[in-house]
Parts: sequence; C-alpha cells; structure tokens
Amino acid sequence: MKSLKMAVACISILAMSAMAMAGTLDDVKAKGYVDVGINGSLFGFGMPDEKGEMKGLDVDTAKAIAAAVFGDASKVKFTALTAVQRLPALQSKEIDVLCRNTTQTLSRETQSGLNFVQPNYYDGQGFLVPKALGVKSAKELDGATVCVLPGTTTEMNAADFFRANNMKWSPVVIENTAELNKAFFAGRCDALTSDLSQLAGNRSVAPNPADYMLLPEVISKEPLAPVVRHGDDQWFDIVNWTMFALIEAEELGITSENVDEMLDSENPSIKRFLGVTPGMGEMLGLDNKWAYNIVKQVGNYGEIFERNVGPDTPLAIPRGLNALWTDGGLMYASPIR
Amino acid sequence: MTPSESEPKVPFWLDPGKRAIGFQIITCLMVGLLAWYLVNNTLVNMEKQSIASGFGFLEREAAFEIGESLIEYSASDTYAKALFVGVLNTLKVSFIGIVLCLIIGLFIGVARLSTNWLVKKLAMIYIEVMQNIPVLLQLFFWYALFYEMFPSPRQALNPMAGLFLCNRGVALAVPASHPAYFQMFIAMILGLALGFGLKHWVKKRKFATGRDFPVLWPFLGLSLGLPLLVWVLHGAPIQMDVPELKGFNFQGGIMLSPEFFALLLGLVIYTSAFVAEAVRAGIQAVSRGQTEAAMSIGLKKKHILNLVILPQALRVIIPPLTSQMLNLTKNSSLAIAIGYPDFVSVANTTINQTGQSIEGVAMIMACYLFFSVSTSIFMNWYNKKSKLVER
Repeated sequence: MKSLKMAVACISILAMSAMAMAGTLDDVKAKGYVDVGINGSLFGFGMPDEKGEMKGLDVDTAKAIAAAVFGDASKVKFTALTAVQRLPALQSKEIDVLCRNTTQTLSRETQSGLNFVQPNYYDGQGFLVPKALGVKSAKELDGATVCVLPGTTTEMNAADFFRANNMKWSPVVIENTAELNKAFFAGRCDALTSDLSQLAGNRSVAPNPADYMLLPEVISKEPLAPVVRHGDDQWFDIVNWTMFALIEAEELGITSENVDEMLDSENPSIKRFLGVTPGMGEMLGLDNKWAYNIVKQVGNYGEIFERNVGPDTPLAIPRGLNALWTDGGLMYASPIR
Repeated sequence: MTPSESEPKVPFWLDPGKRAIGFQIITCLMVGLLAWYLVNNTLVNMEKQSIASGFGFLEREAAFEIGESLIEYSASDTYAKALFVGVLNTLKVSFIGIVLCLIIGLFIGVARLSTNWLVKKLAMIYIEVMQNIPVLLQLFFWYALFYEMFPSPRQALNPMAGLFLCNRGVALAVPASHPAYFQMFIAMILGLALGFGLKHWVKKRKFATGRDFPVLWPFLGLSLGLPLLVWVLHGAPIQMDVPELKGFNFQGGIMLSPEFFALLLGLVIYTSAFVAEAVRAGIQAVSRGQTEAAMSIGLKKKHILNLVILPQALRVIIPPLTSQMLNLTKNSSLAIAIGYPDFVSVANTTINQTGQSIEGVAMIMACYLFFSVSTSIFMNWYNKKSKLVER
C-alpha cells in the first residue's frame, strides 16, 4: 500500500505544479532574480571575461531587465544555451527571457509560441573566407563546402541563397561554435557563414585574423531580439519597454554618468522617463524609478553598444543599422507616455 | 457434500490469486492514468502558449541542405525526406561500423589469447587503452587528425591511381555505371542462395549417411564465380569514374567525408575493444577438458574448433556482443559533435526550424528504439539457435 500512497502523492504534486501558473513577473519576484538564457561563448554578446564575469550586449540587455524589475542589475542568473537548446529552454520555462542573438521570424513567433520584443541588434548574414581562396564575391562559391551552425536561421538563409543563385554547395554542420571554428580554420570548409557580428568575433579568434576576409554580400536580414513566451502580456511589456527605455535614454541624451543631473531637468519627457513625474513604472507593474535604474546601472543603448562591440573593442563593429534613427539607423523607441 | 462446499468460504480479498489480479489491474489503471495525465497536461500547456503540435510539418519544405546523403536530396524536399536521409546516414555508419567492429574485435580477442608474448601484450594494450578513453574524445581526436593532417583539395595526396586524400575527405574512383553491374549483383545473390542450399544438403546427407562433402570451395565458386561469368559475358567493362578536381572540390567517383571517417573510426575502435573482451571471455569459458576430451576421441583440430569449442563459446559471446552492437548504434548519435549528418543531427535541425521539440524527440526515441529492438530480436534469434541443445 505504501507504493500506492506514493503514487497518489506524486500525482497530486504534478497536478499542483501544473496549477501554479502565476505570471512571470510574480515568479521572478518570488525567486529574487531573472533567469536569462544567453550564448555563453560569443564574444561581444555573451561570454565570460578573464575574471569569469559575463559580458556582452545581450548580457547588458538582461541586466537592464533586472534593473527595471528589482532596481538591481546584478539580480540575474545566466544560463548558457546552444542554438539548438535555446527555444525549448524558454518554452519549458527553464528561463524567463532569452537574450541570445536570436532572429525574429514568423514561424518562431507562431509555431514555437514565442514573442520577440524590440530588437537589440540588427544583423545580416555574410561569409568569411580565407584570403588564399581567391574568392571576391559570394556568387563565386559554386561547389564550395561551407561551415555552418545548426539550428539557426543561418542554415536556411544559406540554402536559400545558393538555391536562388542556382549554385551547389555542401554544408558541414557542427553544433559547438568552438569546434566549428577549429574545423574552418584548419581548412575543412572553404567558407564560414553566420551573422556578420558573429563572423567578426570568429575572425578575431583565428590563428592569424589578417588571413581572412568578409565577402561583400549580406544575404539576409537578422533582427536579433530578446524573446519571451506567448501568453504573458505583462512580462512581454516589461521586456519590450526595457528595450525601448534603453533606446529612449540615448535619444534623450541620458547616460549613466549624467542621469542624476537629469533628474533636475525641466524637459517633460525626461521627467516622465526618470519617474520624476510618476506613473510610467506603475503602468508596467514596476517601480516608477525603473528607467532611472536601467540607465544608472547599465547605461543607454549607445553606451552598451560601444562597451561591447563598438569601435574600441576587438570586434570594432560600426553602428550602421544599429545607430539611432536620427543618425540614419533603425533604433527607434516608441514614446514612453 | 459436494467438493465445493467442503472448502471453507474464502473472501476474495484474502485469496492470493485473486488479490494478485486485483493489484495488477490497479497498477495498470494507475500507469494509464499517469500517462493520460502527462499527455493531457502537455497538450493543454502547449495550447496555452500556442505552440503547434502534430506531425503536419513533415509535409512542409525543409529548406536546409544536408552534407551527405545516400539518396538524392535538396533543400526543396520535405522534412520527412530530410529525416529519412538522416536515418539512412545513421544506418550506413552503424552497419559498416558493426561489421568492421566484429572483424577487428574477433581478431584482437583471439590475439589477446595468443601464446606469442608480443602479440598478446599488443592486444592487451589496445583493449585497455581504447576501452578506457571516452568515445566522444576519440571522435574529436580522429576528426581533428583528419583535417589537420591532410592537405587542401588542391594539394591532395594521391597515393595510388584513383585515390585522393585531402581535408575534404577521401575521393575514390569507382567503376562507371554499366548495366552489367546490376546483373552481377543478381548473379551474386543467386550464387549465395545456391551456396546455402548446397550447405544445407551436405549437412542433411552427412546426418543420414555420414559421408562428407566439401562446402567451402563450391560455395566461394558459386558466389564469386557467377558474377565474374556475367562480367566476362558483358565483355568485361573496365571503364572507371575517376574523381577530378573541379572548382573547390573533387567531382566524380565517390567522396567519403572526414566526418564519416572520424565517426566510423572512433566507433569501431572503441567498440571493438569491448567485442575483443567478449570474444576472449567466450573462448576462456570453454574448459580445457573439453578440448582434451575432443582430442581423446580423435577429432581433427578443425573439427575440435568447429564442433566443440565454438558452439560453446558462442553461447557466452553472443549476449554481450548484442549489447555492444546496440551500443555502437546508439553511440553513433554523437555524430552531431563532429558534424556528420546522422538522424539526431537532422532531427535537431528540424526541431529548431519548426519549434516542435516534443514530436522531434519522440521521433528520435522511436527511431533508436526500432533500431535497437530489431537488432535485439535478430540477435536473440541467433542466440537461441546457437544455444546448447540438451538431450
């Protein structure tokens, strides 16, 4: 009979766990930290530095969410995920939000039951080749062997590109980024294809980065955005408006350094943004100081970009599409009002 | 008094037989309930998050390429076909792997028992080293060795005519297609069938009359001679399809990728060490007395091995051998680490593109279960056949 009792107990526990379907914000507050899925091995986006501290554009985005929710950017727990693991991890509630250079697509939003917020990086796919190959354009890659990561939009973009140009190719698909890089640098493939931001990172770890060059073609649009699950609109709003707050801060000229002076500003937009005029944070279910905390502790979008991938970093990526709309880029925050 | 009345009336809950049935029914119900609950809960939760379910995606266009395939495949084919390509790739590496592993394992296992000191020690070192290095590390090692050691296609090594070694793999010349080859294949099957028929007849005759008849040579003659005859009748075509460097890579012939080689090598070397141990254990399990007894009744050496030692050794060897064959098949899923497009690799990509992980993982499990159960059934049948018949 003991086993019977055990079974009944098990079933009731399972039933209860399914019933405990509170909102993500309540879960996060109860836990005391935000569970964030990140890349873990992509320089500039999510990778530990030499002190073992997570650094990167996606990491800072995650910290901004923690700052908005808790007023403390350090209340984040990072989980490193491969491209293949990332979506199931979010679907199964292992993580609360995914900040892992993930491209927004129609099928991911519908079939996978996910919502993408405002992109934190606009990317595009390209090809990295050894200079010795003597290829000047991706159109010359007919018959080439191309190294590619599995489980990414990259795989399908490459297939589409070669099909559209009526060229043959054969992919070498390796799940681990480091193993894939090794195979490419050893000459297993003629070209490596990925998002341009990643290729810059891959090239920087080559035995001799000067031996490799990017081909001019950009074969796809890759809006990389944080992702949340379907069905929790409040949590979606928080993550989405955290992204807008980062951009808005840059538009308003608020930085982590001048944010305290800005508290005295007479500009009504700034007063609303920093919570001097209360109301905005409450509407999100957060503290009115939410945006102040984001900027104070993490900085605005421009600061995050410069710190992680900008011209002063080894990646040296120009702002390009990721500049503010006023500077000819795509970063455009909806009004916080 | 009738016999039924003579027995004391026992309530059904005190009757051990009925009670056992009752408990079994309860257990079945509980298991069923649990399964229903889990499935239902999953479906409800998926619906809540509006995650798609069902196998409808199999009909949609896969839109991704696969590096190597036994059948014609392109990105415009369906997911179902892409997955089938993956299954074939898994079967290819497993089948060749199992055959090689049995041959090498048998060889090393016998060498391990050799009376020659050097041979014995070498076999021992092979077994101990290969058995104790995790197979994943071996895969990484062989893969790295392949692409680090061999030159690019333009400087490919050409050790003999029609064979090229480079970091894109091994390019081999194969006979150019000719109608003769298909007919030769048919002839070989015919030859094998006749050979087995002959063997059966010889055995039957020997049991009936005690007279012997050579089997080996007629068997080889039939299975190899018939195809050869067909080949000669077709005017002995010798046209070869030789690989040629065109653009980035070799075209023509057949191309075996480094991923395939690394996977095959890693699996075979790792598993054959275990097979060797099974073979050694089997041979050592037959007591020395059996050999001496067989010698004492004047059996020839060949007959001692065939009729006395092997039948008894096989009984011991087959069960562990089965599990090693299953191990090799299951370990082939490590292919994803070195980029061989096996079933798991293709299924993973499918899961990621469609977001339907439950269906994908269920397919992976069902597929490996099918491979394992069919290997198991075959080996159990063989095991039963070679079991000791007690009279």
